[in-house]
Amino acid sequence: MPIVSRGFGGRRRQPSVGLLPPGQYIVDDFPVLTAGPTPHTSLDDWDFTIVDETGSQVARWTWPQFRALPADSITVDIHCVTKWSKLGTDWTGVSVDELLDGIETSAAYVVAFADGDYTTNFPLADVLDGQAWVAFGYNGADLEAEHGGPARLLVPHLYFWKSAKWVRGLRLLNEDEPGFWEALGYHNYADPWREQRYWGD
Amino acid sequence: MRWLVTTVAETVPETVDAVSLRLDVPDWPGHRAGQHVDVRLTAEDGYSAQRSFSIASPPGAARLELTVVRIDDGEVSPYLTTVVEVGDQLELRGPIGGYFVWEEADTRPVLLVGGGSGVVPLMAMLRHHAALNHQAAMQLVYSARTQHDILYRDELDGLVDAHRAVTITLTRESPSEWSGRRGRVDSDLLSDSGWPPTHEPRCYVCGPTAFVEAVANDLVAIGHEADNVRTERFGPTGGG
Amino acid sequence: MEDMTLDGNAAAGILGEVFVSEVTTAVTTCATCGAVAPIGGLRAYLQAPGAVLRCVTCGAVQVRMVRAPDRAWLDFQGVQALQVEMPPPA
Repeated sequence: MPIVSRGFGGRRRQPSVGLLPPGQYIVDDFPVLTAGPTPHTSLDDWDFTIVDETGSQVARWTWPQFRALPADSITVDIHCVTKWSKLGTDWTGVSVDELLDGIETSAAYVVAFADGDYTTNFPLADVLDGQAWVAFGYNGADLEAEHGGPARLLVPHLYFWKSAKWVRGLRLLNEDEPGFWEALGYHNYADPWREQRYWGD
Repeated sequence: MRWLVTTVAETVPETVDAVSLRLDVPDWPGHRAGQHVDVRLTAEDGYSAQRSFSIASPPGAARLELTVVRIDDGEVSPYLTTVVEVGDQLELRGPIGGYFVWEEADTRPVLLVGGGSGVVPLMAMLRHHAALNHQAAMQLVYSARTQHDILYRDELDGLVDAHRAVTITLTRESPSEWSGRRGRVDSDLLSDSGWPPTHEPRCYVCGPTAFVEAVANDLVAIGHEADNVRTERFGPTGGG
Repeated sequence: MEDMTLDGNAAAGILGEVFVSEVTTAVTTCATCGAVAPIGGLRAYLQAPGAVLRCVTCGAVQVRMVRAPDRAWLDFQGVQALQVEMPPPA
């Protein structure tokens, strides 16, 4: 049982009642979490690909092609499994609905893959219907490398480790495939409102 | 490794921004020079924050000493340097880390290179070396921003003898009365103040990550074997 | 932009919760490139949902650890062999 440290308050502000998932607290800064060195893929080399359940690449965009797609400006709350939350964060990104538009698939699952060999997984339904974006702008400016730039996945209804930084594509799958953290104890679905942080939660 | 409840027995201001906390630790198992502890702070609502701090005291000292440099927007260092009082309790676990240690049995020459608060674990090594009256040649190259940022300044002067040398370089301010080195630690300074690679010294480099990487690269470029260069990166700011 | 890289030594606290003996002097053989190094000298990333230790030579993940309040998970798939010192026979 930890002892209480007299006079220690920590960095976080008091949460606003009713707005936060259980166990979360609000931060004013934007903590950087990473499993490895920041990748530096040049925009000339960057692409985003979609591979379907047969293993075929069914779509590919270079950076200029990607940036030519219609983009949304959205304001969302984000919740990290390490317990910090940021409310009302502003992003600009291409909806995953836009990226998957016109792609024929019977896949039920998707894995997002990123530079640095990072992966994370979802039921396909969770990245459709306005629930997910590939975001390239944060707070009105280009997304910084340490926060996942040039582009990261943004799936705000799930814990933020699933909003893969430095995302490079999606693989559509018939069967679920746990990603980097999901294979090592973190919850496969990760709903912050049901506090699904770890296996069995 | 369990969390131990320790009591702050003394707080010693080292510089305007740094305080050494001397702790009474029941059942302290002893430690080696260069090891660190993890300190955990818990607020009344259960929120907790944890940071690692190098042990400044040598093995065998009566109290465990941690030297904390305040990072202005840090979460833990302002608390430890401005709020903590004698009598307060701190939770810590340790000692931790067998990789970045210097021990009595090592008779090789030693080069210690510290940037800012990176000098803390190196000070434990120097203090240990002095307490043992050890004969291995030990050199410290210590980079601080200004004269006022130098930790343990008087004690370092007192430690210099036939087997311990200290070189301090200031990177920001160059006051006229400063007779020491100026500028950042670079290959020239490391060559001048260290040993040639032929002596195969054990090198310990500690401080902010960028400092450690630059110095470690320089040492290898000078010809030191990478296996002889031990690094302890403190992270981007050197603290928190 | 800040570099979040630390040395494996910094992971000694969290690894020490699971391992009985000092683990940072244990030596790994990288399963990806074969490089041999003490755990204390691997590249550690501790600002993550878990701890990640990477090979200095090839950057591959060697060790991962996730800590939940009542459980921990360890992954050593990136380590071909872990050599720990044992006390000599009495």
